[in-house]
Amino acid sequence: MLAVRHRRRVAGLVVLLGCAAAACLASIAIGSKPIPVGAVWHGLVSPTGSEDDLIVRSLRVPRTELAVLAGAALGIAGSLSQGHTRNPLADPGLLGVSSGAALAVVTGIFAFGVTSTYDHVWLACLGAIVATVGVFLLSSAGRTGPTPLTLALAGAAAAALMQGLVSAMVVADQQSMEIYRFWRIGAVSGRDPTVIAQVLPFLLVGAALAMANTAGLNALSLGEDVARSIGGHVLRARLIGVAAITLLTGGAVAACGPIGFVGLVVPHLARFVTGPDHRWLVPYAGLIGAVLVVAADTVGRLLAWPGELQVGIVLAMIGVPVFIAIVRRTRLAQL
Amino acid sequence: MKRPRLRAESLHVGYGETPVIEGLDLEVLDDAVTAVIGPNGSGKSTLLRAMGRLLAPRRGQVLLDGKRIDRMPTREVATLLGVLPQTPRAPDGLTVAELVAHGRHPHQAWYRRWSTDDDESVAAALRMTGMTDLAGRVLDQLSGGQRQRAWISMALAQGTELLLLDEPTTYLDLAHQVEVLELVRRLRTDLGRTVVMVLHDLNLAARYADRMVVLGDGSVVAQGAPHEVLTEDLLREVFDLEARVISDPVAGTPLVVPVSPRTRAH
Repeated sequence: MLAVRHRRRVAGLVVLLGCAAAACLASIAIGSKPIPVGAVWHGLVSPTGSEDDLIVRSLRVPRTELAVLAGAALGIAGSLSQGHTRNPLADPGLLGVSSGAALAVVTGIFAFGVTSTYDHVWLACLGAIVATVGVFLLSSAGRTGPTPLTLALAGAAAAALMQGLVSAMVVADQQSMEIYRFWRIGAVSGRDPTVIAQVLPFLLVGAALAMANTAGLNALSLGEDVARSIGGHVLRARLIGVAAITLLTGGAVAACGPIGFVGLVVPHLARFVTGPDHRWLVPYAGLIGAVLVVAADTVGRLLAWPGELQVGIVLAMIGVPVFIAIVRRTRLAQL
Repeated sequence: MKRPRLRAESLHVGYGETPVIEGLDLEVLDDAVTAVIGPNGSGKSTLLRAMGRLLAPRRGQVLLDGKRIDRMPTREVATLLGVLPQTPRAPDGLTVAELVAHGRHPHQAWYRRWSTDDDESVAAALRMTGMTDLAGRVLDQLSGGQRQRAWISMALAQGTELLLLDEPTTYLDLAHQVEVLELVRRLRTDLGRTVVMVLHDLNLAARYADRMVVLGDGSVVAQGAPHEVLTEDLLREVFDLEARVISDPVAGTPLVVPVSPRTRAH
């Protein structure tokens, strides 16, 4: 059984890497102007400045990169969120990260007239961090410190409050509404390519913290008392986890807007193969998240060809029925 | 005489405003199985959690090898003392072997990953609890007794001389309770471990413990060998129970036969 599970984990990793490569290739080839695979290769390896090369290098590749990064970040952040809250319905937005980002962006537009998307990214990252720090402090206020329950409650309360403030501002101001509406739908297209460079440091540090958190999270998954008795540092693990979730979700949301669903579902898909060991679960969730978002973004271009559907919409439309089917056939894990 | 490795000195522990343990002194006898008994709400679990460094005392101290346990590094404590809380919960899909491997956590660090030492400890722990054949099974598919043995294996793999078990027999039927307690006894006789366990069942406690500690209202009311401690007077005073104490026909330990709950004066 153990050897079987290990073989399955390794084999799954190979399959996933294959899927990721295929999805990226499709994402570069497919669009309002289809590009043959040969030309994609040409554009990637030895571009000569042809029209296809230009589309590949300046549009499709950055867009695919962004989808990979956002998907991986949200998948990893989702698996950490569910692990830390021991709640199978937790998603990265649970700690108030997404609504914090939204609030900061809208406040920037509404109160300070910030209109450049470059600045919106910084605002979103800042908002995400401030919101999570607030939620974490709020959840630590009690005698027990941050527990799965206080984290979830503080996050939900803070998210509701911040959503309310966002609504108040976008209702009051037409310009905020226009920009917010665009930002609100998660999309990897039409984003400035510099966005990637802007959020990449957040995502890299977040991913490194996430991997550093996996052993501690495994201990925590046995309950805080057991975690302590086997020598785990509960508060330290929680801090690292929350920092990782903030950086990953904040970076992804800042770049693409809140893409729902990925962070919630991907950890469950990963868990089918890996079981509850976070050392496998977290990297798996990253890979599956990347494949899912790239694939959904590509499918969105096919569904509405020659126009396109935003990745957030595709994920909701196709992903939710698929997820329900999976849940009905198997059983979601209790954490 | 050598001081016992684990002891509490004028210990005060509480939750929020409510004090649970007030001024408790306790020395845990080395190389023995100690059962902590007492009525509901007498602070048994709280005492165990405080002794195991899961709860910080308000005043007083818990000493492990002469050092204040709350000032020792978590990892160091975890190599000396294992605590198994009441009805611990594992995530779905965790196998017995994976659970037991968690017991090696205090022996690992980023520079020192899984070793043959760890493998041997896990295998020995599984052998001791008779769980070797079930190592690959998923925890949530096991019976209650098997699951409890798996958790005890994890605590064993940790390799600590001292083990604190909070009601290790909760939710088990009698046969499985006996099975778990036989295992606890072997931990002392075969491995020389010191065990402190909270138990509800007085008769099983009397049978399997070398020493009993009776808690009442947050302090130690009586302690000693089961036949010294478990008397009709004590049951009346501490448990509010009218009962006969006879000799267990099998083991010769005290056996409590309730007569009726004492009628309280209003």
